[in-house]
Amino acid sequence: MSEQEYVPKSKAGKWFNDRLPLLSLASHLTDYPTPKNLNYWWTFGGILTFCLLTQIITGIVLAMHYVAHADLAFASVEHIMRDVNYGWLIRYIHSNGASMFFLAVYIHIFRSLFYGSYKSPREIIWIIGLMIYLLMMAAAFMGYVLPWGQMSFWGATVITNLFSAIPLIGDSITTWLWGAYSVDNPTLTRFFSLHYLIPFLILGLVVLHIWALHVPGNNNPVGIDIKKPSKDTVPFHPYITIKDAFALLLFMIIFAGFVFFAPNVLGHSDNYIQANPMVTPAHIVPEWYLLPFYAILRSVPDKLGGVILMFGAIFILFVLPWLDTSKVRSAVFRPIYRQFFWILVIDVLVLGYVGAMPAEGIYLVLARVGTIYYFLHFIVVLPVVGYLEKTEPVPLSISDPVLSGSADYSMAKKDNEKI
Amino acid sequence: MNKPEKKTTRRDFLFTTSYTVGAVGLGAVIWPLIDQMNPDKAQKALATTEVDISQIEPGKSITVLWRGKPVFLKRRTQEEILEARSVSLEELPHPEKDEERVKNGKDEWLVMLGVCTHLGCVPLSNKGDYKGWFCPCHGSHYDLSGRIRKGPAPKNMEIPKYEFVDANTIKIG
Repeated sequence: MSEQEYVPKSKAGKWFNDRLPLLSLASHLTDYPTPKNLNYWWTFGGILTFCLLTQIITGIVLAMHYVAHADLAFASVEHIMRDVNYGWLIRYIHSNGASMFFLAVYIHIFRSLFYGSYKSPREIIWIIGLMIYLLMMAAAFMGYVLPWGQMSFWGATVITNLFSAIPLIGDSITTWLWGAYSVDNPTLTRFFSLHYLIPFLILGLVVLHIWALHVPGNNNPVGIDIKKPSKDTVPFHPYITIKDAFALLLFMIIFAGFVFFAPNVLGHSDNYIQANPMVTPAHIVPEWYLLPFYAILRSVPDKLGGVILMFGAIFILFVLPWLDTSKVRSAVFRPIYRQFFWILVIDVLVLGYVGAMPAEGIYLVLARVGTIYYFLHFIVVLPVVGYLEKTEPVPLSISDPVLSGSADYSMAKKDNEKI
Repeated sequence: MNKPEKKTTRRDFLFTTSYTVGAVGLGAVIWPLIDQMNPDKAQKALATTEVDISQIEPGKSITVLWRGKPVFLKRRTQEEILEARSVSLEELPHPEKDEERVKNGKDEWLVMLGVCTHLGCVPLSNKGDYKGWFCPCHGSHYDLSGRIRKGPAPKNMEIPKYEFVDANTIKIG
């Protein structure tokens, strides 16, 4: 990060900036030197910021019409859908926005996994990102409870009961979470309160995420450090802003496609039946973005074991920077890791698929194989491959594969084509 | 002059007492904020439910709501009772005799929380491999005494505190 002293041109600007250096901050953000070889996988940070702001704005509007009470919540959501001006649009943007948010965050996370963005010196960026991801899951889960449909109620029952697996104090914790002896009105009102809080916690963590990013600067597709800022980087504005804006437009087309043409395709029809504590729906499934973890939970025939593995699947990511022993960041130059990366992608997709299926027969076998492989990838494959793998030569600088006709050029080109 | 060995000073005493009082004060402020989430008086007031059982035929069951949770009241037939009692305890993941799960002399009445001990779904009656209950969420099978036989649930379905007020009335809670 190059820190040239910024001086506002106008006298008033200088007066203000001397007292609160907001203009210096704006200048830092626009001039921020960015590796010039960033590909479109790097546009998801901007897309995610857009998703967060969309959820906050539509959420504030929905809260003006929604009633957080067990007897009124379901009707108030229908009131939003039928009576409130553009209520259907705002609610569909919010509910599909959650799915789009997770779609973007999964691409963002796998981008990090492929290009080694979690590695030194970017471990803190990675860990803050995982904290954001955990909060996103909490917010999405609580938000799904608010319409007080059958899936809301029974999803809340199953997820809160996970805590009852904790020995000795589990039942007290579950009762404390509920504020009752089952999921009931007190549960709904506190979930509403926390659902409103969490996006602002995420916003705070996003500021830290970007702050931590701006210390070492962006990783990039070849995964090497910036050697000469004047040759290897471009200013964030206008080069990256225009690229991000183009990617965002494409993303918004898909987003709008869901909102206008298939607003309920990612939801579950049982959630249009009001919550009934006497009847559990025949087949309860979480939202698609939680399915891989649900598959891991169900793959273990023991209650506590399943809960531990499910949370373990997320928490193991926190130590990922120390499990991966390879010095080379980008998978472009790691022929063995590159293959394991794609196997992991397939593994997570398979887990997601079996998570939506009944836990029996072939699905249970697949879930168990998928779960074992998931943990093997992080605990065994990453450390071992890091030691044994013979990596391909990395270019001398970011500009090298782009501008020179050296042997590295073909590799960088091949990578671009794949993307 | 300063001595090399460390001596406890008045300042150390002030630090320690300040931190201690501060920690106790912080705890005293945080506890109400945590405890407010526990069930309130209105929730606790719903602690008992009285149920009329005179209309239940042998082999049938009804479901009532108690503390927001379903309670199964099943009037079992003699064959069902015999079958529940013919199982040896070694076969059970959570060994409990059928006799321990009903009131003495009221063997036909099985009163239990209709809540799967895995993750809290409501099991379906007359389903599953053991003719008792089957939980559709994650596939736990319960027998005619509500005991877990197969699947991920760790325990038998819970027997709530209840009593027979008279021949036709059960008070739960």
